[in-house]
Amino acid sequence: MKRLLSRWFPIFFLPTALSFIIGFLYPFISGIYLSFCSFITTSDATFIGIENYKAVFSDPSFLYSFLFTIAFALVSVVLINLIAFMIAYALTSGIRGANLFRTVFFMPNLIGGIVLGYIWQLIFDGILSRYGTSISLNPTYGFWGLIILMCWQQIGYMMIIYIAGLQSVPEDIYEAARIDGAGKWQILKKVTVPMVMPSITICTFLTLTNSFKLFDQNLSLTAGQPGTVGAGGRTVYLTEMLALNIYNTFYRNNNTRGIGQAKAVIFFLIVTVIALSQLYFTRRKEVQQ
Amino acid sequence: MKKTTSLIIVMLLSIGIFSSCRRQQQTAAGSVYYLNFKPEQDAAWQELAREYTEETGVQVTVLTASEGNYEATLTSEIGKNDPPTLFQVNGPVGLQNWKNYCYDLSSSAVYSELTDKNFALTENNMVYGIAYVIETYGIIYNKTLLNKYFASTFSTIKSVDEINGFDSFATVVREIQANKESLGVSGAFTSAGMDSSSDWRFKTHLANMPIYYEYKDENITSTSAIKGTYLDNYKQIWDLYIENATVPKTAIATKTATDAQTEFKTGRAVFYQNGTWEYSNCKFDPASGEGLLDAEFGMLPIYIGAPGEENQGLCTGSENYWCVNKNASPEDIEATLQFINWVVTSDTGTESLAEDMNFVSPFKNAESADNPLVDIANEYIEDGKISVSWNFSTIPSDAWKNGVGTALTQYAAGSGSWESVRKAFVEGWASEYAAANR
Repeated sequence: MKRLLSRWFPIFFLPTALSFIIGFLYPFISGIYLSFCSFITTSDATFIGIENYKAVFSDPSFLYSFLFTIAFALVSVVLINLIAFMIAYALTSGIRGANLFRTVFFMPNLIGGIVLGYIWQLIFDGILSRYGTSISLNPTYGFWGLIILMCWQQIGYMMIIYIAGLQSVPEDIYEAARIDGAGKWQILKKVTVPMVMPSITICTFLTLTNSFKLFDQNLSLTAGQPGTVGAGGRTVYLTEMLALNIYNTFYRNNNTRGIGQAKAVIFFLIVTVIALSQLYFTRRKEVQQ
Repeated sequence: MKKTTSLIIVMLLSIGIFSSCRRQQQTAAGSVYYLNFKPEQDAAWQELAREYTEETGVQVTVLTASEGNYEATLTSEIGKNDPPTLFQVNGPVGLQNWKNYCYDLSSSAVYSELTDKNFALTENNMVYGIAYVIETYGIIYNKTLLNKYFASTFSTIKSVDEINGFDSFATVVREIQANKESLGVSGAFTSAGMDSSSDWRFKTHLANMPIYYEYKDENITSTSAIKGTYLDNYKQIWDLYIENATVPKTAIATKTATDAQTEFKTGRAVFYQNGTWEYSNCKFDPASGEGLLDAEFGMLPIYIGAPGEENQGLCTGSENYWCVNKNASPEDIEATLQFINWVVTSDTGTESLAEDMNFVSPFKNAESADNPLVDIANEYIEDGKISVSWNFSTIPSDAWKNGVGTALTQYAAGSGSWESVRKAFVEGWASEYAAANR
């Protein structure tokens, strides 16, 4: 068996490895290189050192969108996981029609981000226009609009993961807890939550990285609007998240592509650090089954 | 042995995967790859390319970028192994990005076909781009509805000839708005939508008016810092648009181009700021029963209350310049030059430009376009009115337009001040110019 595996190993491994190198590793490394360059097309770039990084840190819109993204990530991670867990808990406690509800809750996840953004824009503006305003006129509406949209889209997916986690908890542990005289609340806190910790890890990881990388929904729901005109007559867009900020920087003028690229590298580092430290902290809470 | 065999299989498989991504191999005679800017003319270009291939055997590929994505598409396409041989830039500012990719067209046949050499983009005696379509915009109006206004008792202005400046125009607009029920319209103007499909009408085309008059005063054709001398006039016309429209001014933030188009087509608004290209979208469509008959189209200059505007005509210019890719192979460059020369000289080509695409082309052999708005534009020129040039092609960056657009939206909604528009317009120009010309 082992010999057979090693003989056929290249046929399975090489195409994947090749795709990985061409589709991920090479663009990633050339992306890092380009962040030190001035360029219009990626094939002819001139090396200019750390100029791009200097420009990033003197750009007020980058810091603003960074803070906006953090606020968004915090609120959406908490809300999505809390609600998804509650729904999963309810649907595994044997209520009627649980299968139907599961399907219904999961369905929003099947719709693409851009379409969702436009649909919700119609819904929000349909309501807000009665009050003479719009989602693209008020950053508070924009923020909560994004939160509602992301909750609606992601709760179903996280719910499925939590349901799988809840169902894998062996019944005898519950039984033992009940015999020991534990109440419902105590069982939830001392048995269920520690036992589904792996699901919590994966769900917080997914929601956290999704929130940071959010682009389509942001673009189609608010496109960063509204904005305030700041120093030098430059507009800072008040609902522009990191990914959209990078995109807009890239196409701002013929000198800013490198700056956009530098922002993307910084963005990568931020997401990696945050995601890895989250994994580290939630993993420590997991128990051995 | 088996290991080598499997390795070879893997190699062959991967080669198969990657080579299938490439475009069809070109013939030795060279081929043309046109990256088209205008989605509304995509079908006509595909057809023209097919006819050219039939006639000459030269392969012509036409790819159209989706609306608002030309720059991004061009960036990715031009870096590929088979880059576009023919692409376009939108004017002197757009040219700065692509200058290093532009073949010098000064000795090309198509350049000698231009009726006026001002329609070429030149810099240091090099011809980088050639305009292939000349367009005109202004305030399109519905003649039937406007005549109904002239005939009514409440109108103080009785003929379109009396509209020769901002004040007379504003009187007409306000009287229509005040009596919209009796005229059977929802407003004088269509909605000034600030959705990205429509906001260019105001952040770019309308913004051209204060820029044009300032350039005229200063006797310049571009600037690193705009003063904003005519910003009050800009405010005046913007106020007129948003206060006398089919929708309240707080609602324009998400109104789209289709909204405005439908309002105009269905006779719910009298005035619609747009250009000659909009004819095909608004003309009478027997299938839906909507749209205007050719005789119902009228167009007025955009009066903003600037001195001497009684002689002002419509806004005429181009933001579509053909450029030939310098880095393409010599055969492909030759094939491309022959193709565009064929488009502007042959019967098939000129007919397609004029009739299928409704273009006014600045070439000697061009046929007159099948478009009443173009006829109106020509009448203004024959009457000796001075056309307003398209100075918005000197706007330093798209970020400037977006900043002004956002400020205009918020001013209309009441959540922003005119001071923000002024700042985005004047200070934004200086900082964007500096950022783009480091």
